[in-house]
Amino acid sequence: MTPAIELRKINKSFGPVHANKEIDLVVEKGSIHGIIGENGAGKSTLMSILYGFYQADRGDILISGEEVSIADSKTAISLGIGMVHQHFMLVDNFSVLENVVLGAEGSARLAGGLSKARKELKRLEDDYELRVDPDALIGDLPVGLQQRVEILKALFRGAEILILDEPTGVLTPAEADHLFKILEVLRDEGKTVLLITHKLREIMAITDTVSVMRRGEMVATRKTAETSMEDLAELMVGRRVLLQVDKKPAQPKEKVLVVDGLNVVDSRGVKVVKNVSFDVRAGEIVGIAGVSGNGQSELLETLAGIRSASKGTVWIDGELIDLEKRDVNAASMRQKNMGHVPEDRHRMGLVTSFAEYENAILGHHNDPRYSNGMLLDVAGIKETARMEIEKYDIRPPNPLLKTANFSGGNQQKIVLAREIERDPTVLLVGQPTRGVDIGAIEFIHKRLIELRDAGKGILLVSVELDEIRALADRVLVMFDGSIVGERAPDADESELGLLMAGVHGEAK
Amino acid sequence: MFETYLHTMILILDSTVRLSTPLLLACLAGLYSERSGIVDIGLEGKMLGAAFGAGAVGYMTGNAWLGLLAGIGVSIFLALLHGFASITNRGNQIVSGVAINFLAAGLTALLGQSWFRQGGRTPPLPKEGRFQDIELPFAEQVETVPVIGPIYSELLSGHNILVYLAFAAVPLTWWILFRTRFGLRLRAVGENPAAVDTAGISVVWLRYRAVIACGILCGVAGSYLSIAQSSGFIKDMTAGRGFIALAALIFAKWKPGNAMLACLLFGFLDAVAIRLQGQEIPGIGDVPVQFFQALPYILTVILLAGFIGKAIPPKASGVPYLKERT
Repeated sequence: MTPAIELRKINKSFGPVHANKEIDLVVEKGSIHGIIGENGAGKSTLMSILYGFYQADRGDILISGEEVSIADSKTAISLGIGMVHQHFMLVDNFSVLENVVLGAEGSARLAGGLSKARKELKRLEDDYELRVDPDALIGDLPVGLQQRVEILKALFRGAEILILDEPTGVLTPAEADHLFKILEVLRDEGKTVLLITHKLREIMAITDTVSVMRRGEMVATRKTAETSMEDLAELMVGRRVLLQVDKKPAQPKEKVLVVDGLNVVDSRGVKVVKNVSFDVRAGEIVGIAGVSGNGQSELLETLAGIRSASKGTVWIDGELIDLEKRDVNAASMRQKNMGHVPEDRHRMGLVTSFAEYENAILGHHNDPRYSNGMLLDVAGIKETARMEIEKYDIRPPNPLLKTANFSGGNQQKIVLAREIERDPTVLLVGQPTRGVDIGAIEFIHKRLIELRDAGKGILLVSVELDEIRALADRVLVMFDGSIVGERAPDADESELGLLMAGVHGEAK
Repeated sequence: MFETYLHTMILILDSTVRLSTPLLLACLAGLYSERSGIVDIGLEGKMLGAAFGAGAVGYMTGNAWLGLLAGIGVSIFLALLHGFASITNRGNQIVSGVAINFLAAGLTALLGQSWFRQGGRTPPLPKEGRFQDIELPFAEQVETVPVIGPIYSELLSGHNILVYLAFAAVPLTWWILFRTRFGLRLRAVGENPAAVDTAGISVVWLRYRAVIACGILCGVAGSYLSIAQSSGFIKDMTAGRGFIALAALIFAKWKPGNAMLACLLFGFLDAVAIRLQGQEIPGIGDVPVQFFQALPYILTVILLAGFIGKAIPPKASGVPYLKERT
């Protein structure tokens, strides 16, 4: 059978960076083909070439056996290629229907196109079980449904080949499962699916074939059934990676963080954290597991002083802090030696338009080590930044570089270095490895374990259950704002899953 | 008594319509531009340039339509300048708009002086160089019918063609915006240009078209000032109307129907101000003229400061589109 896509010796450079080197790829029709690689391996560039965003410097593209040149997205669409981007290409204040027809309206007047599209959507809905209300506003839909609209958009344009770029990055586990079901239906209907991801688990769960990219090269293509996670991980980074974190049993000492009866009400007046009590001891990692949106983020932000509590007290290293007080804020919590690696490094952890060295002391700019009250000690700050860059292997090793120009993994290391090097008694960590490549994940996990072994208390919030299980010494499960149970990290996965789903909870 | 009140009211409303027209045209011009994501504070400059072009050509040719054409031409040229700076070269849209305002203010005065030597104004236009008022059918006959008669013959009838054009542009703009392919794409490109780009539509061309539409309407607005409302160009004759139109646009939350109401309101205040000049107000006494002249601006500030609820501009307005893949 003729393959749906064949790429021959594709090359693409951006200045000195050779993003795609001599890429060969064959994607069979009616299959789900995964492309996996670390961030910056060249996956997105390759897909952008296929979708007409960039033109290859050299090389041939064959669609269904015919050589084509894809000058722009319009050409790609007419060749039956559809793409679901990592950041959705939707207009928030448009209805689903309007978004679907945008660019494929049919005629100059809208009315005809819209009613035809409505019928077509109904057909697609029936064929592929892609249910979305065509009149709903995009901005009102949860991300899972927004993604479905993106898929509908592609199908509406007659896509036979669907490219999905990191589709699960924004989804909850349940939404991701649903997406996979949809992709399977699409495949069974004869569509070809290209899945770009850096998550091994997804590759194993859904793909038929997998290709691995590393530093701009296509290093291997395997039948998914004939390979393993360890195998792929090694291909991705070029050496064997320990997915299991190597650690000694924890030696917990005194309680450094005690939370008692914490309640948080959000701006809509909804109670998001309900009567939460727990403690963290020096020398242990307490993990908070849960499906995203069950109050973990709010809990973390409250403890960090960013959000105020409606009720509740906290002891840090034996010192009582009344979280309802007005003078509790991020700065005052830092003074109590509470470090915080926020969940969203772009929104809260970094100012990406600042140079690296400026971010290296962000939030500590009043610390006498870096400032005399009036002026910053810039030379000293740069020195600190250089030391952290070396210690945390932050690349490129240039403290003057704009933070936005670092990769996700390196940005995360900048935040982590800043917080750990300030020697906190308690470290709050949210989603430490979200959007971070495997090499950096391993590094970050090691650092956190080292910090634990140095006798610090760590509270870890992550929606990646694997991460919680690998790092934590105790696992608390949060559901609907409450802690519904505590388990050992090696507890049965399905048991944890049920707790996270709110079933069999032993809620107080 | 009632008759006099009605008559006064109709006179005020009549001048409201005349004064609102340039605001409305400029406001709709801004609507096209800003809906596509291009912020345009150069409405004022484009209007002024158009007023001068129309005035000069109207005077020289004695043909109002050629004057209008010239006004539109000048305005489109300035609009394309703004487009070149902010779409093609992704420059700062505010800076480019300010530059156009300065350019227009300076150039019109300079050229006006060197061509006509009357202190920057054009000589008074011949009758054919201006747009004349149009009597609607039966205006004279129904004049005597109580209430409806004067409303029809004085308020609705007796304006020049550009006034009718301006008000016809309101439903037309609404239809274009919400019922056509171009409108859908225009609204989309102002909210999320990347969505338009990935749908296979050229963001650049779409925005240029919006900017040209803005130029045409600004051209009509400016021409109205010099060859319809008055007879000739006067230095700085736009007198901040471009900015008031911009305020009205925000006030209208970028919707055509609201834009008309906002412009009528501003026009009404202007009309009242003119009417009340030099008159004593019962219970208050003599109020300085300046107070009434300042009224529309004060209202603008108050309204924008928070009486209209949250005015959310098109999300991508003011942001140059850069094809970026991460």
